[in-house]
Amino acid sequence: MTTTEPMRRTPAPPSGTFLGMPTFPTNAKAQLNNTQMRKNLRNATTTIRAKRAKVVGEVENWEELRLAGAAIKDRTMRHLDSYLVLLEESLTKAGATVHWARDAAEANQIVVGLVKAKGVDEVVKVKSMATQEIELNEALEEAGVAAWETDLAELIVQLGHDRPSHILVPAIHRNRAEVREIFLREMHLYGTAAPEGLTDEPAVLAGAARTHLREKFLRAKVAVSGANFAIAETGTLVVVESEGNGRMCLTLPETLISVVGIEKVLPTIADLEVFMQLLPRSSTGERMNPYTSMWTGVTPGDGPQEVHVVLIDNGRTRVLADPDGRYALRCIRCSACLNICPVYERVGGHAYGSVYPGPIGAVLNPQLRGIESDIDKSLPFASTLCGACFDVCPVRIPIPDMLVHLRHKVADKKRQGLHLEPTIMTGAQWAFGDHKHFEFMESMAAVAAKVMKKDYLGPMPWPASPWTRARDLPMPPTESFRSWWKRTRGEGK
Amino acid sequence: MPVPADGLRVALFATCVNDMMFPSTPKAVVSVLERLGCTVEFPMEQTCCGQMFTNTGYFDAAVPTVRAYVKAFAGYDYIVAPSGSCTGAVRHQHPMLARHAKDDALIAAVDDIVTKTYDFSEFLVDVLGVTDVGGYFPHRVTYHPTCHSVRVAKVGDRPYQLLKAVKGIDLVPLPDADQCCGFGGTFSIKNPDVSVAMGADKARHVRETGAEYLITGDNACLMHIGGLLHRENSGVKPIHLAEVLAHTEGGAR
Ligand code: SF4
Repeated sequence: MTTTEPMRRTPAPPSGTFLGMPTFPTNAKAQLNNTQMRKNLRNATTTIRAKRAKVVGEVENWEELRLAGAAIKDRTMRHLDSYLVLLEESLTKAGATVHWARDAAEANQIVVGLVKAKGVDEVVKVKSMATQEIELNEALEEAGVAAWETDLAELIVQLGHDRPSHILVPAIHRNRAEVREIFLREMHLYGTAAPEGLTDEPAVLAGAARTHLREKFLRAKVAVSGANFAIAETGTLVVVESEGNGRMCLTLPETLISVVGIEKVLPTIADLEVFMQLLPRSSTGERMNPYTSMWTGVTPGDGPQEVHVVLIDNGRTRVLADPDGRYALRCIRCSACLNICPVYERVGGHAYGSVYPGPIGAVLNPQLRGIESDIDKSLPFASTLCGACFDVCPVRIPIPDMLVHLRHKVADKKRQGLHLEPTIMTGAQWAFGDHKHFEFMESMAAVAAKVMKKDYLGPMPWPASPWTRARDLPMPPTESFRSWWKRTRGEGK
Repeated sequence: MPVPADGLRVALFATCVNDMMFPSTPKAVVSVLERLGCTVEFPMEQTCCGQMFTNTGYFDAAVPTVRAYVKAFAGYDYIVAPSGSCTGAVRHQHPMLARHAKDDALIAAVDDIVTKTYDFSEFLVDVLGVTDVGGYFPHRVTYHPTCHSVRVAKVGDRPYQLLKAVKGIDLVPLPDADQCCGFGGTFSIKNPDVSVAMGADKARHVRETGAEYLITGDNACLMHIGGLLHRENSGVKPIHLAEVLAHTEGGAR
């Protein structure tokens, strides 16, 4: 881990691709054994859940806000074509240059071209999911440009040769002792070293990051950001953040390149009223986040004088085309669904094989990327359908229903290949589709119960092993309910 | 005690899991409902709510269960199931499945019948208007509100209202009660490791309460948590809400 390839400018991420990852159950099994990660996640999610519940509880009309948020997003998506054109017009009028990218490769090519044209070999970055999604940092690295993450958690991930495990707190799987080690080991390789005697006090660690980043902020000629919202009417982009690093990137450099998913568009500034209430309370559990930056193209003599906006599709129109799937485009990446999810809490973000983990990842990735890979086929099943995610989602994305619809798509695909499951399901359909067949099955179970003479079964070989490895299995009774009913009350009703 | 139901005709939807694996639960429902004056009928054509198919993605295989449900329960004003999950599946998924089948007659029948389907606790509190059903259960217990009973069937605090009215009961709160137990239907075997990790935490919280009995309104979740508790010889017994309510002072158990 400590050796870096000499040619690289930035710390190398782990090898392998997301799409090459095994299925969710396999990844999850490995993650479940990571004691430190589980403790870190348990602590972090418990804290943030309580904070969110408290500040959401204060808002009397929270449910109406959720409904409004969902309605605004739905209406915008219905007329996405016209709002995007309007956004382009407004941005252009305000002095920004708009670029359109169909997919990750196109978007990366555009950004790399813009950066190279400025003759620089490094950029500073505002935390951005869109650029993580298209893996922009690696594209820049390949072009000889160093992309420096300036969000504290994103910096920890980058210096840790790691991948993000949460959409808001990408280093949520790390605790402060681990962060201290990473800083001591890596910072001096990429700029200002961590101070001697670095402790694991959060304020001390933040101080070290501030010092490390300062020279990068002051040197950078180009910044790359995403945007939480893009206002069609005015061409205003909005970044919501906590640390102020975003504000530095958005104001100091000469050139600003923002990579924005096409679903981030909102019709008017007035629509922000709803989302600026929903987002901070749902994400960090705060009434209001510390820094909200808005900029509209170029302001002469103030801030970046060259402003580019790269609007990316990368699968989003495909999501929009699916009536059961398009709800995912409402997502404002608040991460409340991750924080509440009992599965995410135990396996962490890395098991999901994407920069989008947790419940939203389980519905978004198979839609954005298709259900071709093992990981994407398994993600819709990475949920108990407990429904906690829907309850907290500020824009009411019906994640459990969407998971069920995606499972249907995966099952249809399985039926085309050679799989055991469709055969089992056909057999079960016979047994449960008609009461006479069901009664036959019950009588077989009763025979088994009479032969075995046990209340519970302990560990059993396959196919019972996935259940019985850790759980005993109750035996069926010697008389089913309906046999009892017939015996005591007759065949009629 | 008063007889609030006065001969009200009620169809029992036992659910497949209870019918085959846990008959003492539907028997308990019959005994409580009859004690309250209902006339209970058990239509033989019933099978299952179909969510095992639906939630695994096999919509076509689920449609026959929807048809069987309509056939069995058409004509009843009150259909009562001792399961928040199956009640939720009928109300929330049957309309979607009927539309998936593109069968107008089925759509109409389903849209009508789902409004007549009740979880046992809802039927007692909302329809019969009782919380004290004459139960007696002199034990320390804790209650796990299953996810589908709370978030899909939306039974709210009705089970607690019913339990609090049981004589002799010592109902202790379950820590982290609102977190899923990890059963999740086929999740329990498709993702067994995560399922068990979640269930282990639930079982630990149950043991922390010092309860003799763990109560839920869903036997499938109870089979999962109970299977873990049994494996570790915890001595905690899983029991369905209906069976607790069925116990009386003069009763055998
Ligand atoms: S799906 Fe909803 S809860 Fe999850 S990140 Fe998106 S907006 Fe937030």
